[in-house]
Amino acid sequence: MAQKEKKGVRLEHISKIYNDPKTGKEFYAVNDVTLSIEPGSFVTLLGPSGCGKTTTLRMIAGFESPDAGEIYLGDEAINALTPNKRDTAMVFQSYALFPHYNVYDNVAYGLKLRKVPKKEMDERIARILDLVELTGMETRMTNQLSGGQQQRVALARAMVVEPSVLLFDEPLSNLDAKLRVSMRTEIRRIQQTLGITAVYVTHDQAEAMAISDNIIIMNKGVIAQMGSPEEIYHHPKSEFVADFIGEVNFLTGELVGRDGGKCTVRISGHDVTVDNPDGFDVGKTCKLVLRPEAGILADEGALPCRVVLSCFMGAYQNYHVMVGDTLVKLADYCPVGRKVYRVGDTAYLSFREGCVHML
Amino acid sequence: MPVKTRQGAALERKKFFADPVMVITIALLTVLLALFILYPLAMLLLDSVYVRETKLVLVTDVLAGTADTEIKDGTIQVLNKKGETAKFAVDDLNAAWGYLFAKNGRVLKEGDAIDPANCYVKVQKNQLTLDAFPRIFADYTFNNAFFNTLKLGMITSFGSVIIGLLFAYVDCYVNVRSRTVKKMFDVVSTLPVVSPPFVLSLSMILLFGRGGLITRELLHIYDSNVYGLWGIAIVQTLTFFPVCYMMLKGLLKNIDPSMEEAARNMGAGRMKVFTTVTLPLMLPGLGNAFLVTFIESVADFANPMMIGGSYDTLATTIYLRITGGSYDTNGAAAMAVVLLCITLLLFLIQKYYLEAKTAATLTGKASRARALIDDKSVRVPLTTICSVISAFVIMMYIAIPFGALFKLWGRDYSLSLKWFNQLFRDDGFKAFTDSFMLSLIASPITALLSMIISYLVVKKKFRGKAFIEFVSMLAMAVPGTVLGVGYIRGFAGGVFRTGFMQGIYGTGIILVIVFVVRSLPVGTRSGISALRQIDKSIEESAYDLGAGSAKVFTTVTLPLIKDSFLSGLVTTFVRSITAISAVILLVTPRYLLITCRINEFAEKGAYGVACAYATILILITYAAIVLMNWVIAHFGTSKAVRLKED
Ligand SMILES: Nc1ncnc2c1ncn2[C@@H]1O[C@H](COP(=O)(O)OP(=O)(O)OP(=O)(O)O)[C@@H](O)[C@H]1O
Ligand SMILES: [Mg+2]
Repeated sequence: MAQKEKKGVRLEHISKIYNDPKTGKEFYAVNDVTLSIEPGSFVTLLGPSGCGKTTTLRMIAGFESPDAGEIYLGDEAINALTPNKRDTAMVFQSYALFPHYNVYDNVAYGLKLRKVPKKEMDERIARILDLVELTGMETRMTNQLSGGQQQRVALARAMVVEPSVLLFDEPLSNLDAKLRVSMRTEIRRIQQTLGITAVYVTHDQAEAMAISDNIIIMNKGVIAQMGSPEEIYHHPKSEFVADFIGEVNFLTGELVGRDGGKCTVRISGHDVTVDNPDGFDVGKTCKLVLRPEAGILADEGALPCRVVLSCFMGAYQNYHVMVGDTLVKLADYCPVGRKVYRVGDTAYLSFREGCVHML
Repeated sequence: MPVKTRQGAALERKKFFADPVMVITIALLTVLLALFILYPLAMLLLDSVYVRETKLVLVTDVLAGTADTEIKDGTIQVLNKKGETAKFAVDDLNAAWGYLFAKNGRVLKEGDAIDPANCYVKVQKNQLTLDAFPRIFADYTFNNAFFNTLKLGMITSFGSVIIGLLFAYVDCYVNVRSRTVKKMFDVVSTLPVVSPPFVLSLSMILLFGRGGLITRELLHIYDSNVYGLWGIAIVQTLTFFPVCYMMLKGLLKNIDPSMEEAARNMGAGRMKVFTTVTLPLMLPGLGNAFLVTFIESVADFANPMMIGGSYDTLATTIYLRITGGSYDTNGAAAMAVVLLCITLLLFLIQKYYLEAKTAATLTGKASRARALIDDKSVRVPLTTICSVISAFVIMMYIAIPFGALFKLWGRDYSLSLKWFNQLFRDDGFKAFTDSFMLSLIASPITALLSMIISYLVVKKKFRGKAFIEFVSMLAMAVPGTVLGVGYIRGFAGGVFRTGFMQGIYGTGIILVIVFVVRSLPVGTRSGISALRQIDKSIEESAYDLGAGSAKVFTTVTLPLIKDSFLSGLVTTFVRSITAISAVILLVTPRYLLITCRINEFAEKGAYGVACAYATILILITYAAIVLMNWVIAHFGTSKAVRLKED
């Protein structure tokens, strides 16, 4: 592909207000969102249904107009540009292929509008179809393609115009689970080959983890947290984020003391030592975020607990234990050769080094 | 953070105006709709309340200021015999030669003595008044026509809904074994689409009239009289019930059979299920069908004209008032307004109340196929009734070509081509070319306009959208006669009587415009429902890839609703070539229209030629429909698209 200057996307204090169709009351579908997407990076908007992901994406594409704030593509403010004048291309959940065109004409649509000479057009289409592995299917009508193939045509159609930004709105949600996994790898591969900036909307957290350079978690129209997948998983900034990404246990305790890099938290009358967080005062209540794989059951340790469920899941042994009156779910990976606790057993829970995070 | 100013709307506006093609299209559409639909109706309304009265007033009264005249700056405007106006100073009226009259209206000549106490001037008074309405309601002809129209509407709609329901029920619930019967159902449901509106009247006269084949030859009744209420009612019912049938069939198909099965499980008999489950579910739909038929019946002009005899309806009365040389424009306009109010009111109820209700009670699709009734005691009688009705209708259509082929209906039943010969020796050929060409011009215009309107209404957001949608649908509720009168009042003297666009009056252009306006709602409705099926993101993705609105419309939208476009082409053509109610008021001798010719000949009792015209007309419309189906099958929206929709 011809190399053109890569552009990032910036949203500054973007808000979108809708009227609730039932009550007619106004509400913020997107509320004061500020974010910056680096050129060439792959960013995912992740969040529960109705949190404003699609709205944000459609504002970038130009289908909706923000009620406040400014959107920049590179350094250019694009608020007043119509979608056809914006250098973005969108891949829709329903693929939105043109049913009256064959594969070639679908892909050629954007190029024809740009008046690309026939020869160059043929070359570009051949190259992109090769990239999405659809060579030889040029003359097929779109309904003669499988879901995954249709998805790839949609992808090719959007990418062949070499937009500065590719936008995806849950492009894989119509595919079956297995295809979803292989397609997401494919999308990531192609995006990296071309180095196009991509904004991807999904509510599937595994998809988001697997595909993104950065994840933006949204909730009720605001950004809950931005960061790399690791950061978000290991250092969630709020209970919402922790809960939304992966399995999680919350242990409520009281910060009773700190000592250099470590501090002591009292949970159900027992003291545990964890990494020292910033911004917490001694004497305050705090919440420990414990991923299932970060807890270890042993015959001795800091927190006594009672096993209420123990079942073999293949890759791991799944435990539910009661710490005081809090239920904690644990996953013991590769349990072979270690003691397996049974329901009713008493055990001690301790945490893997550096794997507990305090809120 | 509270947002103080919402820039969203402003941005939307900016984006909207960034697309000049769309802006211009919308502006043009708005002007066209206002000019050719709203404006003539508004002029009618104005005519009915605006009285321009001329009267003679005594000069002494003028001088004394007691005459009820407008004196402005000491001058008064008077008229001469020819209606030309002139201004005179009030105190110098004696010099108004040529503008002075004797009491009997005679113009005073120069030699006559001028006695202010004995001579008159003619003045004009303009005023807004509702007087016309009480006046026409006191008028026997109008009053009679008013109640006639309502009575007819009631009978026809009842009849049509009941027969339509019967057909729909048999079609959806009963296991009709015979293929011929099924075929007959199809024929009966398409016939009214292809036939000119008054064909059944014609054959009613041929078969059951005084010289009727059935009444006279078979039953030996020599004084049968088909003219009048029952004649119109029967003809209208037979013309309109297929529409009810199609509407109700759509509803019945959507009733989930499990609801009825549940009722039957609880021990209800078939009749009980029908009256307690099916019927209540269909009630809004039945009301809907009733009103649609009522509007059609009330607006119908051709059948009452042909077979009404002395039974006048509003549509025919207005027509006779206008063409009969009566100068009561005020009264005629008021009558048209009354007719318009009836249909408009029904239309509003139908569109905004019943349609929503129908949609609410019958949502979704039937979950699975219904077990058809095979019970002999139900199947045989219902099927028989329907077959008899269908056979009757088909027979009536068959009578038309024979009416043209028999030498002299009622006397000499030998075959001959004499009526066709006469038709072509006469100016039949011109009538066909004129009708054909005008309809052919109207149809692409209508089809394209209605697709554009549907696209704007379904896919775009803009101010004035509601206006465009409403006005283009409004034409459905305007009876042809009313529209015709509106056009006369609105364009005969140019727009607002300024002479602007007066040129189109009396030409083919105005006929084409009427054709377009009359078919626009049908095309728009079909376009809207076709477009609603199309995923909005298909157009969005074209937009996103760089296409402007016009490009999206031509490269994506139009190809996807090609079927609707093609059928719009043909529907308009057929509706136009068979139209009569509005154009009969507007046509001038320069153009001959088939329908008007048929009406003329039928009025003269020349049924042979009328039938010859009607036969060829039916052949033309039928050919158009066959052609359309063929084109849709071969060049319509590709199968690919249709499969996808399933
Ligand atoms: N045109 C509209 N008019 C009114 N409200 C709207 C409109 N479009 C979206 N909304 C509302 O705005 C909110 C955000 O919608 P949005 O489509 O952005 O959610 P989402 O995060 O994409 O959800 P999902 O995961 O279900 O697709 C929702 O509450 C939705 O109901
Ligand atoms: Mg969404």
